[in-house]
Amino acid sequence: MSENAAYDIVQAARSQSKIDSYTLINGVFSDFHELHGDRLHGDDPALIGGVGRLNGRPVTILATNKGRDMAEGQATHFGGVSPDGYRKAIRLMKQSTKFNRPIVALINTPGAYPGVEAEYGGQGEAIARSIQTGLGQPVPYLSLIFGEAGSGGALALATGDEVWMLEKSTYSVVSPEGYASILWRDGKLADQAAAKMKLTPSELLAAGFVDRVLPEVTTPETLSALTTQLDLKITALAKLPVAELMAARRQRYRQF
Amino acid sequence: MPAKFNGLDKSTLAKRMDKIPSDLYVTCPYCKQSVYHQKLGPFQECPHCGYGFRLGAAARLKIVTDKFEAFDAELAVDPALVDDQYAEKLTKAKQHSGLPESVVTGMATIDSLQVAIGVMDSNFMMGSLGSATGEKLTRLFEEATRRRLPVVLYTASGGARMQEGLHSLMQMAKVTQAVTAHGEAGLCYLVVLTDPTTGGVTASFAMEADITLAEPHALIGFTGRRVIESTLHIKPPADFQRAETLLANGFVDDIVARSAQKATIVSLLKLSQGGA
Ligand SMILES: [Zn+2]
Repeated sequence: MSENAAYDIVQAARSQSKIDSYTLINGVFSDFHELHGDRLHGDDPALIGGVGRLNGRPVTILATNKGRDMAEGQATHFGGVSPDGYRKAIRLMKQSTKFNRPIVALINTPGAYPGVEAEYGGQGEAIARSIQTGLGQPVPYLSLIFGEAGSGGALALATGDEVWMLEKSTYSVVSPEGYASILWRDGKLADQAAAKMKLTPSELLAAGFVDRVLPEVTTPETLSALTTQLDLKITALAKLPVAELMAARRQRYRQF
Repeated sequence: MPAKFNGLDKSTLAKRMDKIPSDLYVTCPYCKQSVYHQKLGPFQECPHCGYGFRLGAAARLKIVTDKFEAFDAELAVDPALVDDQYAEKLTKAKQHSGLPESVVTGMATIDSLQVAIGVMDSNFMMGSLGSATGEKLTRLFEEATRRRLPVVLYTASGGARMQEGLHSLMQMAKVTQAVTAHGEAGLCYLVVLTDPTTGGVTASFAMEADITLAEPHALIGFTGRRVIESTLHIKPPADFQRAETLLANGFVDDIVARSAQKATIVSLLKLSQGGA
């Protein structure tokens, strides 16, 4: 991909005009109830958890949250999830199995929060358990990347039966700035890094990391189209015998 | 006083000191004391603070196992994922470590106890998690599940391998699945976290074991210190990612010096054989 095309997508994925998590949740689902807290330590606003309906069907909703303004951004560490957030996700993932609720995860995070408290709280352990718990729940699980998806902090919610992306989103092991500064010792080469990293939806689709790329959601019509697509897929997954669902999920991640 | 009894002046002494092979003395990366190399002993431990100096996989296996038979010894990264810059790094890593990848896996006996074992080697691209690393670890857990054996894993890693992009990230999910299946078969997974264990390895299989041991003062964390410093413009406390801190915060079962590891591992595994 050309430098401009790839870096344009990086910037669009990070743009202020990107749909925010609550607008996305309320636009796609009805009857949304936010459920707070990890029952261990705290409540991380960078990870929204809750339940709602997808075309009438009860689902568990997990979404990273960058915040809608500066104050919210500071509270959510601009979408950098802390251990409390991942543990909230883990709690609700397990609950989804009890009530046979499919899981829909909505991802827009630069990565897990890089803080001292997060390290003390076991950031690595929390992400590891989130990956493991998500892979293990015998209910349909869809992950949709709608902005940035950076590193293990994104993977924690991106182990669904399918992983989808919006057109202006990215998924990578490190940010282009990080890649350029680590491998080329020059963080200013982010645009060149973006072109090389194969982090755009079309490249990731071609490489088999992503199952589907959808148009951006901006209007009520596009939100409703997304609802329809999610519902069709969840309905199809819900029809599979559990053993088949789990075998397909295992195969999806075993191939890499 | 005859001149020959005079002490050497400082500059002469400094020049002579320079001629002493530098590998005779090493500086402990943890307590910063200078240690006569031979004083490190067979376990390569600092006599002052107990820090375990970084070991290559071969040296590690020698210390821990009585017999070892390698799996997938030639397995290496798919050439389709390797560009020129990465190829150069791989060549250097192979020369530096004598290994084709950042982990060695196989079957071993530790005192007569059969185990599946994996040892990561920080001499190979800082033990980074490439797709071949992940494949070898996945096969190790799969084989251990088939043979109904416990897994002992020594981690040492700087995290994901940037050069492989999402191929690297996906290893975290792939190995995790194999760990889960092994655990669901009622088998024990014991990990020993060694210096350093960070990034994507910490955020996956390093933190998924039934029993989590660590070496004294080992650096263990997710986000690297420098990333935290440059992102938040703060200076984290000196020991914020050391094994002792993780023990205090509840993320490690125990800290075990190398000299005690063999006996501890065997005892713990024998206490954990009653699974389904
Ligand atoms: Zn020392």
